[in-house]
Amino acid sequence: MPLPDDLKRLPGLSLDAGDEPVFAEPWQAQAFAMTVKLNEQGLFTWTEWAEVFGAEIAAAGPDDAAEKYYCHWLAALEKIVEAKGAMSRTERLERKDAWERAANATPHGQPIELGAELKGHSH
Amino acid sequence: MGHDHHDHGTGHHHHDHDHDHDHEHSELSETALRVRALESLLVEKGYVDPAALDELIETYETRVGPRNGAKVVAKAWANPEYMDWLRKDATAAIADLSFIGRQGEHMVALENTPGTHNMVVCTLCSCYPWPVLGLPPVWYKSPPYRSRAVANPRGVLEEFGVYLPETTSVRVWDSTAEVRYLVIPRRPKGTEGWPEERLASLVTRNSMIGTGLALDPAKVKP
Repeated sequence: MPLPDDLKRLPGLSLDAGDEPVFAEPWQAQAFAMTVKLNEQGLFTWTEWAEVFGAEIAAAGPDDAAEKYYCHWLAALEKIVEAKGAMSRTERLERKDAWERAANATPHGQPIELGAELKGHSH
Repeated sequence: MGHDHHDHGTGHHHHDHDHDHDHEHSELSETALRVRALESLLVEKGYVDPAALDELIETYETRVGPRNGAKVVAKAWANPEYMDWLRKDATAAIADLSFIGRQGEHMVALENTPGTHNMVVCTLCSCYPWPVLGLPPVWYKSPPYRSRAVANPRGVLEEFGVYLPETTSVRVWDSTAEVRYLVIPRRPKGTEGWPEERLASLVTRNSMIGTGLALDPAKVKP
């Protein structure tokens, strides 16, 4: 319902019970699911997760856009897997580079797989 | 919803680039690369199983949502013994309907009365009762809601179109990783004798967070 402007302090947010999608993009779903599974595996407790994630959100400050929520989620996940020794930062960044090279070596429209960059240059 | 918020300031707008010879290949956003790096390493190391990830995502996209919570509320409205169980041990009463938390969280039911209206927030991040409400809406995760729900709950309620009498006090509950809240809205008048399924149709997501009321039966299509 329309409200006077001075009451609109939750700007740009849909406040009704509409059916917005659970995840805006597939990567958000992946990040969410990995976190839940790692918690179930016992890599971290949900309290530990809430602390790391809460710190990301707090660092973003009060003017942060609601759409950035899963960006903070992902940054927290990267931090907590490193803190818990599941992977090192170097390992993670090298793997990210490998994915980028694989994408560059994969024709548009085909599934991107790790190792594509090696196959592409083997002929 | 905007879809142009995900570049993360990396400046990788490849499409405007002068590397024309490259434009036949695939591209992944910076964010997608980070997620793939994490996932492929976690799978290789045996921490996660890709099929289990897909199943979990499907569950949250299609099977877990506020309809679960609405069933809890409708059962409590129709069945005083169940309401009593919810008051005493919401975790067990809700688990009895097979809505079980994944993080071992403790559930607390907050019953609205003429004298008290309950409203839930998570000031730290976005703790939320997933098993009964699914994943939180965008506004619940937003900084303005997280700060203003505590500072000015009545103002926030008015923005949601909820106007409560002065004699009703508003209590705000801050969720944590360990404790999640489910608001039991007041049962609307004129619903005496309704079966649970019909009662559940009056229970909105917002009414179970406390930013709404149960629907007025006179305004719901039969």
